[in-house]
Amino acid sequence: MSGPYLEITALKKSYGLKPVLRNVNLVIQRGERMALLGANGAGKTTLLRIVAGLTRPNAGTARIDGLDCVRDAQQVRSLVGFVAHQPYLYEELTAWENLLFFGRMYSVAHAEKRARKLLQQVGLARRMHERVATFSRGQVQRLSWARALVHTPPLLLLDEPETGLDTEGTQLIEALWTEHTAQGGTSLFTTHQQERALALSDCVVTLKDGKIAKV
Amino acid sequence: MALAKQATGIESHKTETRQRGKDVPIASLILGGLSFLAMMVSLWMIFLYAPTDAVQGDAQRIFYFHVPMAWVGMLSFVVLTVAGIVYLWKGDERWDWLARAAAEVGVVFLTLALVLGSIWGKTTWGTWWTWDPKLTTTLLLWFMYIAYIMLRNYMGRTPTSARSGAVLAIIGVIDVPIIYESVNWWRTLHPPAQVGVAGALPPSVVLTLMVSLVTFTLLYSFLMVQLYQLERLQTLAHRLRAIVEE
Amino acid sequence: MTTTRIFINQTIAILWKDIRCELRSKQTWMGMGLFALLVLVIFNFAFDLRVDNKAAVAPGALWVSFVFASMLGLGRTIAAEREKGSLDRLLLCPVDRKAIYLAKLLGNLLFIGGVEIVALPVFAALFDVPLVVASLLPIVLFGTLGVAAIGTLCSAMAAATRARELLLPILVFPLIVPVVIAAVRLTGDLMAPSANEPPWLGLMIAFDVIFLSASMLTFEYVIEE
Repeated sequence: MSGPYLEITALKKSYGLKPVLRNVNLVIQRGERMALLGANGAGKTTLLRIVAGLTRPNAGTARIDGLDCVRDAQQVRSLVGFVAHQPYLYEELTAWENLLFFGRMYSVAHAEKRARKLLQQVGLARRMHERVATFSRGQVQRLSWARALVHTPPLLLLDEPETGLDTEGTQLIEALWTEHTAQGGTSLFTTHQQERALALSDCVVTLKDGKIAKV
Repeated sequence: MALAKQATGIESHKTETRQRGKDVPIASLILGGLSFLAMMVSLWMIFLYAPTDAVQGDAQRIFYFHVPMAWVGMLSFVVLTVAGIVYLWKGDERWDWLARAAAEVGVVFLTLALVLGSIWGKTTWGTWWTWDPKLTTTLLLWFMYIAYIMLRNYMGRTPTSARSGAVLAIIGVIDVPIIYESVNWWRTLHPPAQVGVAGALPPSVVLTLMVSLVTFTLLYSFLMVQLYQLERLQTLAHRLRAIVEE
Repeated sequence: MTTTRIFINQTIAILWKDIRCELRSKQTWMGMGLFALLVLVIFNFAFDLRVDNKAAVAPGALWVSFVFASMLGLGRTIAAEREKGSLDRLLLCPVDRKAIYLAKLLGNLLFIGGVEIVALPVFAALFDVPLVVASLLPIVLFGTLGVAAIGTLCSAMAAATRARELLLPILVFPLIVPVVIAAVRLTGDLMAPSANEPPWLGLMIAFDVIFLSASMLTFEYVIEE
């Protein structure tokens, strides 16, 4: 089953008079993986934040499965999993507690079973009852992935998702990601490296001067 | 190259502001002129036309300054709140400029009202201050102004700052009547000295007061236009600086 | 699950998470309790209490102490949100912003309440006043609720600034005046009953209802970007 899943139309966002996104138009099909390239400060993170519902655009719309990211924000948030620069985890809680908490926030059914499975898939099952404050950068990143997937979101937003991961970590994450795509999930991810972009995606675009340019 | 592209953005904005700027001097001129005339009339009325109070003597004339200033101070808070509510609803930052202007003008008028009231109290009833409901509520309103201004200054010029300010003003406005009532109840247990003018006022006094009210409201409008422009320019300057600094 | 059940579930989840994080980070909750006691003791010396003026001063001393302890307690919420993006963790989730407010409010109430439970017996002992718990409880409850309702909203505002701990009392104090007046009068009335007291408890409850609702409804404007 295909069709547009994420549609961004004429999106504009400025921080003050400083335009970050000038006129972003983007369509991602259901089940597609799109890579977003661009220099630092080009606005990639801002774009992802708008789709995730963390910021409001100044103009234009972003639609996920027909739902508007601003007007139907609460519904949209259940559809999105976001792996960002910040891990969005609670350092004082254990990995297990973190996943259960987010499970409750997303009203996930059978949250404990899901958490257990995810922890195994990211290779953190042995450390699940230890506080996140004691985790290494790579382990935090892996747990962040688990958090993003706890509610089985159809859309994954990934901001440089492989930062801080070692070889083993990268393998585990890619397996997770493949599973997500195989189940019909859509992803939009940013990266610096063109080779990784080409390898991991179906389609590559660049964000330059606040606009999208096809590569 | 990035700067050049942004410069284009600035230029198109410049023509916009030049056009907007054209209407302002006219409004400024009219209000300024009217305020000046009204002030002249008012001063004449206050010092020459209005009768000298039998009990308080000439000191009573402070009343004609104190009351309108307090009125403007409170009016400005209402303007501030309404502008904030409209901003929350529409997201247009110009309403936020209006709110910030109202805060700055209002606090000045309210400060003067409190100071004049205090002086009047000292000359007439012998105390610099008394905790009667009107004065106490006015003082607390003054603190709310300060809180608003401090909050806006610390939070900077962001939409979150504007929204937080609006929320603070809304909470404050709802609170003012409650504060007044609670202080009123509190003070009825310890009746204070009568503050203000007791008994019926002769018509000349009422007339002078009305004229004074109109004068200060005109002056308020004039100052609001000035400060609104100032807010606008400050915001633009702030943004230009942000572009240049990057 | 119905929307209400989800709402309640999320509120409790956030509250539980906050409590757990708080207990593990070993922050200032002990300091708060000590602070409340110290203020009470200082009042004792400052007012050099003798039997005759005790009833007049004691309620004020108690509530000043509670209000300052509340500021410290609310400040701890601010400290927890110090890193930028920490509220984003919650904003990312499909949780009603009112639930976030409620959870923060309940957390604050528990904290301040804990301090008050410790301070009250000490207050009774220091000032040698009879502690009529049953009648005092609703006063302390509704009074603290009023302060916390406003304080939770204002701490969210102050959290986004640099001078958080300085700004919070400036924002909160003018707004809580009716509650403080009512609480002090009610406490005083318990110790030395007087006739013709206005309906202070009614005022306090009305204040709580109004500002709890207003804060809950406006909270999202303060925390969203």
